[in-house]
Amino acid sequence: MIEANTPLLRLVRTFWPLIILSLALLIIVAIVDFTGDIILAQTLVEGLVRIVIVAALYIFIGNSGIISFGHIGFMMIGAYATAWQTCCPYTREMFMPGLPVYLLNNTHHFIPAILLGGLLAAVAALITGLAIMRLSGIAASIGTFALMMVFYSVYLRWSTWTSGASSVVGLPTTTTPWVGYVYAVITLAAAFLYSRSKWGLALRASRDDEVAARASGVNVFRQRLLAFVVSAFFCGMAGGLFGHFLGMLTVDSFHLSMTFITLSMLVLGGMQSLSGAVVGVVVLSFVIDVLRRLETGVGNFSIPTSSAEVFVGITIILILIFRPSGITGNAEIYWPFKADVSASAAMKRQS
Amino acid sequence: MDYIIQTVISALSFGSFYALGALGIGLLFSVLRLINFAHGDFITIGGFALIVPSSAVVATVLIGGFHPVLLVICVVAIVIIVALLSYFLVFQHVQNSSPATMMIVSFALGYTLQNIILMIYGGRPKAVNIFPELTGQVQISDGVSVQILQLVIIAVTWILLIALVLFLRRTKVGVQMRAAAEDFRMARMLGVNGKSVIALAFILSGLLAGIMALLFVTQTGVLTFRMGTPIMLFFFIATVIGGMGSLVGAVVGGYAVGIVSVVLAAVLPGDIRIFRDALVFLIVIIILLGRPQGLVLTKSAKDRV
Repeated sequence: MIEANTPLLRLVRTFWPLIILSLALLIIVAIVDFTGDIILAQTLVEGLVRIVIVAALYIFIGNSGIISFGHIGFMMIGAYATAWQTCCPYTREMFMPGLPVYLLNNTHHFIPAILLGGLLAAVAALITGLAIMRLSGIAASIGTFALMMVFYSVYLRWSTWTSGASSVVGLPTTTTPWVGYVYAVITLAAAFLYSRSKWGLALRASRDDEVAARASGVNVFRQRLLAFVVSAFFCGMAGGLFGHFLGMLTVDSFHLSMTFITLSMLVLGGMQSLSGAVVGVVVLSFVIDVLRRLETGVGNFSIPTSSAEVFVGITIILILIFRPSGITGNAEIYWPFKADVSASAAMKRQS
Repeated sequence: MDYIIQTVISALSFGSFYALGALGIGLLFSVLRLINFAHGDFITIGGFALIVPSSAVVATVLIGGFHPVLLVICVVAIVIIVALLSYFLVFQHVQNSSPATMMIVSFALGYTLQNIILMIYGGRPKAVNIFPELTGQVQISDGVSVQILQLVIIAVTWILLIALVLFLRRTKVGVQMRAAAEDFRMARMLGVNGKSVIALAFILSGLLAGIMALLFVTQTGVLTFRMGTPIMLFFFIATVIGGMGSLVGAVVGGYAVGIVSVVLAAVLPGDIRIFRDALVFLIVIIILLGRPQGLVLTKSAKDRV
């Protein structure tokens, strides 16, 4: 029998979902690193970047209950803001001639650049959130959708800063599996701490019963705005990681299909659980990868192109019909030992 | 003056097209609280129905070669069947979910339909030429000539609108549908069959989508698997601006979007004109904030506690 009350054990139990998720990802990254397979490593990095996006989506969507179609816009803002600082010193003026002289002539290190990228996304979220977070329900979702379209159309046309409809190439490919892992764990930790904080609790209260939460003194607008800004920050960082994974950026990649794929991952895993966010990304990324390989053909066997997309679409429809709470049923990964019933019950209540 | 008449006719024909689209979405939203993002893909399917069953690189038409009356009936029937199937196979099972969840489902359905079309027909645009006589110009007075198709779009829209109004006001099922749009639960308690009313809404929505597919393909002459998405975004804007769930609102919203985008394209200086789409979506956000129920108010639009 495990002693229930040593401080260390209590700590472990509190952070159990976070620890398990980080360890599971660590094992996956270590195995891929060990095999040295380059294609596998690519898939892995893409998956890790998606974990950052989906965990960031969870911060807002999971806790507020408002489905946002706009976060890919913040990802785009972060991606370009990072690229302005790190991209291609010799060709930067060719791709983005409109940049201020300082940005044209100076190249920054990846870490401050990506932090500033996240920050710019957060500022954009703060300004737009001041308006959009006043909306509720479907109006709020439509508002975020319109927001994504505004960002997308502006960046598409603002070609002196973004290269518009063509792409910016030559970003350093900084995002290796281990870099991706570090950012994924940081994001998961932030998402976990936020949802366990008093702000996370207040926001979830407003999700479950807005009227009761208001009556209990929760300023719903302010809580939503906070979550919106925090999740936009991590989406912005995900954008930076994404650009430095592909080595190039196009505005077109931050549009409906990216929005749909990332939302699908959150929905598949379970919208209201951080474990669900990770499970959704891992499962869907894995399945898409397997189907993509089958599309290009294994031996004599191959399936039609775009089977992966059709499969994803049908899966999401089926999940929302038969199990709207996702694979994890909106629950976190529980402390597996029956040492303290009251603690696990408390966690159940919290999530 | 000539220029103004031409602009007005162009704005009216754009507006009519958007109004039909917004109506297709508004019909479903009014009875089901569903924002159907697959509506644009219903239109795409209507377009591709013209070249079924050929999937060759150079499209050969089967239905597209029929007598015009038969052609219209076939395309519309196919789209209606797709719309009905999407209700019975998909939306029926999520109709008690939140509107945002249903919106994701409709996204997923649209995504699936698009990729099935891509799988069968490939990504390359296909040229299809139907009703070539409609793309010609007609002289309406000295110096003013407009495309016949623009006049046809306006005429078709108003014929459909009048037919729809007569249907909703004069027939029993039409009245039931209006009752369901007003207050779905109450209407069911008073003996309206909810399922058949929703199915009817899907049929009407499919009918509109089928006719729009024909108008749109006549205009562009090209089929691509994504052709429904950009026009769908404008229908969606029109629905939100007009007031979701209000059919009058959908029509008003459609005309508002058509007129505003034509006027913006005409009056904005060149370097701002490229940001037209951003401006239109910004207007959507402003309307959501200032008048979330849309330009035309319905009784059922208010959220109840």
